[in-house]
Amino acid sequence: MSRPEDVLPPDLFYDDNESRKYTTSSRIRNIQVDMTHRALELLDLKSPSLILDIGCGSGLSGEILSQEPSEQGGPHTWIGMDISPSMLDIALQRGVEGDLFLADIGQGVPFRPGTFDAAISISAIQWLCNAESSDVSPEGRLRRFFEGLFASLRRGGRAVCQFYPKNDIQRTMISGAAIKAGFGAGILEDDPGTKNSKLYLVLTVGGGGLQGDITGVVDGMNDVDILDARRKTMERSQTPSTRKGDKAWIMRKKEQMAKKGKVVKANSKYTGRKRRPAF
Amino acid sequence: MKLLTANFLVCAVKSCKGSPAAFPLHLRDVELELQDVDFQPEFIRNIIPRVDWDGLNQMANELNFTNIPQTKPEGETLRNEQVLRDLHRLLLETQVTEGKLICGNCGHEYTIKEGIPNFLLPSHLV
Repeated sequence: MSRPEDVLPPDLFYDDNESRKYTTSSRIRNIQVDMTHRALELLDLKSPSLILDIGCGSGLSGEILSQEPSEQGGPHTWIGMDISPSMLDIALQRGVEGDLFLADIGQGVPFRPGTFDAAISISAIQWLCNAESSDVSPEGRLRRFFEGLFASLRRGGRAVCQFYPKNDIQRTMISGAAIKAGFGAGILEDDPGTKNSKLYLVLTVGGGGLQGDITGVVDGMNDVDILDARRKTMERSQTPSTRKGDKAWIMRKKEQMAKKGKVVKANSKYTGRKRRPAF
Repeated sequence: MKLLTANFLVCAVKSCKGSPAAFPLHLRDVELELQDVDFQPEFIRNIIPRVDWDGLNQMANELNFTNIPQTKPEGETLRNEQVLRDLHRLLLETQVTEGKLICGNCGHEYTIKEGIPNFLLPSHLV
């Protein structure tokens, strides 16, 4: 199936017809509801809060925020941003409770510093990786978005962004931009390796009650394995993998020379082996 | 758009970033509406410390509201249900349906239609 991100920019792709289909399809609704509940679980809000819904669309996720029962910290008040007028039109017709904004998240987040307790985004931020005209770049859009989001969240606030990266490049581009903006970032993957796999970018702003690092977010959750990529990169930088003169180094050099067209001795089991002491 | 939301908005234009005149945005030619919102004292207690009271006063002046307290209610006052109900009415139930938001620094106009402000910018202002 083709990705909508490859077809048209979001404000044109979600026209009246596509927005109606998106909102009325029970399959999409169910997926959205599940993802919003998961995101709320990760946000771990204790009292009624002010939440920013990034790419709110027709308010499918916002509805869940307004309906959150009081024993789970709700109901929350939310403010939604979306770039598609048709989606917002449907949100109006459905009478959602949050405030709506017609805005491009790649142009920044126009709120005062420390406005929101939390932010949520369901299937939206991968659109930032597309630049529709030559005067903007995906990197610039991601930078403006994450810097604006970082500033508009209060200290100790959290953001959970569910997204569909096209490939690993987009995935690292998005999480890298978030880290650059100052967030503590982690990626939670549900149902990894299956067709239904879902990625959640979990972001924290420092100075809150969260003890330790980003992995504290998933403390107490069932069935979550933690893979710490930071430790791996740290270990790699401590022990350089090849030293000059060892077998791996010799093989690499021989390969380089062969590529240059030089005559290189064939490899054998004796290649790079230590000689016995010479006396 | 709720008045509470308007109290958090700043101009999105790049040259206005960090400029003191970019907040609050000025409301012009507005139509207001009262919409029922469920009363949540807890939410109001949570949000009041973040409301910019000077900005709210200025906005209330522009809208010709006169019954706004001069100073921000704090501490014990926030236990008083009548105070909370008044704040609820002002911040959450009073909504802007039509009008304009104007930046005091660059003069950019954001139009509000059917309660939705348009914050899309031409790319040279981003």
